[in-house]
Amino acid sequence: MAAQVVTITSGKGGVGKTTAAANIGVALASSGQRVVCIDADIGLRNLDVVMGLENRIVYDLVDIVEGRCKLRQAMIKDKRLPDLHLIPAAQTRDKTAVSPKDMQRLADEIRPDFDWVVIDSPAGIERGFRNAVAPADLVLIVTNPEVSAVRDADRIIGLVEAEEKGPPKLVINRVKPEMVRRGDMLSTEDVLEVLAIELIGVVPEDDQVLVSSNQGLPAALDPKSRAGRAFRDIARRLNGEQVPFEDLSARDGFLGRISRLVRPGGSA
Amino acid sequence: MAAPLPIKGVREGLLIAVPSGEWDDVRASLLATIDERGDFFRGARLALQMDDRELGAADLGELRDALASRDTSLYAVLSTSTVTKTAAANLALQTELTRPERSRVAEEDAEEGSLEEEVPADPALFLDRTLRSGQVVRHPGHVIVLGDVNPGAEIVAGGNVIVWGHLRGTVHAGAGGDETASVCALDLAPTQLRIAGRIAVSPKRRGAVRPEMALLREGQLIAQPWDDERRHG
Repeated sequence: MAAQVVTITSGKGGVGKTTAAANIGVALASSGQRVVCIDADIGLRNLDVVMGLENRIVYDLVDIVEGRCKLRQAMIKDKRLPDLHLIPAAQTRDKTAVSPKDMQRLADEIRPDFDWVVIDSPAGIERGFRNAVAPADLVLIVTNPEVSAVRDADRIIGLVEAEEKGPPKLVINRVKPEMVRRGDMLSTEDVLEVLAIELIGVVPEDDQVLVSSNQGLPAALDPKSRAGRAFRDIARRLNGEQVPFEDLSARDGFLGRISRLVRPGGSA
Repeated sequence: MAAPLPIKGVREGLLIAVPSGEWDDVRASLLATIDERGDFFRGARLALQMDDRELGAADLGELRDALASRDTSLYAVLSTSTVTKTAAANLALQTELTRPERSRVAEEDAEEGSLEEEVPADPALFLDRTLRSGQVVRHPGHVIVLGDVNPGAEIVAGGNVIVWGHLRGTVHAGAGGDETASVCALDLAPTQLRIAGRIAVSPKRRGAVRPEMALLREGQLIAQPWDDERRHG
């Protein structure tokens, strides 16, 4: 079966694209599927750092595109997960070193031998974004529950629609249930009301994510991490499983759940 | 800000009534208006109503070039002065507007006086999708959106704007100066709303969402529930 190409993008920087790409890649690979992650952020690579593979880089994306190495030579195999591979970005070049056509050719070369290609897009709406989206079968938009991130996500959705990539799906990252409850943070519903696309994941804010990014151990590898579990749920939804969304505001145990069940006007 | 110029939407573009006064001043204020409202005028075809002003081919040619450098094109100069008419004709400009062929029904529906030039003759633009941040729709006639207009999106219409959905972006109705234009939405909560030359921002919402219509009444921009408009309008 040919691989599906999933591009992870956001418009705004710093919302957690790279973290999402690493964790979704890890989660897919840990369920036994063959995965290639591609860092399309040429000039500012960091997917390798988050995945803990930085010290094994020999060749990069630009080397493949410019014919200095074979595809397989540039693929770094993750020792923890034998089905996970990374094609790192070049550090010394800029986004113009690769064209959307190059990315399509690269994806086509990878497709026959893998199940998933996960592309980490750079921030912005220029060349790097178009490179990352060009080969995509599915685009995931990562946003945070804050107005400026949602605004940029909306802009990106418009651009993805214009590329006729089909409707993108949404990952809301860094949700703080406590703040949502107080009304200080946009809720999932608020975000969906504006963006009106299908939700594929809600990831709670989790200090462990920062710690694990620094250590190069994606949170999806940690069975105790809440964010890690949310990323694993995204991977399962990508595989077509129906996974209910975890109620992040579940703070109050049995009574709280009962009161939500009997509340009039609920989702029933 | 330059004094507002009366602008009307006509069949082939925009008709600007050029006020009387020293030509240099008038010319400067015309160009200043266009510079200020560059978004609206970009790509527009302009007709100038000059009344009895006498202008030679040199002045008109210079004005045409000045307009062209602002991304607008002068296509007609209307004047009762033979000098101006001849000059315009020599520059291959029209000296009359093509009469809009308006339907009888529309004529009868019109309540007051001659609306002939005030209602843009362009057909309405129908958009069957949500306008997202960064998307701009500019149309000389009416604009109808079946979907939402998200924050960061913008509609500039010569006529009315109707949004069957949430209107949260920026909207400008009657952008050619039509003060009878209105904006209707199922949820009227624009970032900024303009009708003709008036600007307003949405007040904080109180109460439930309901369909509303914004219009100019005695020079004030007001929004009223759609029910009221039907009862009293």
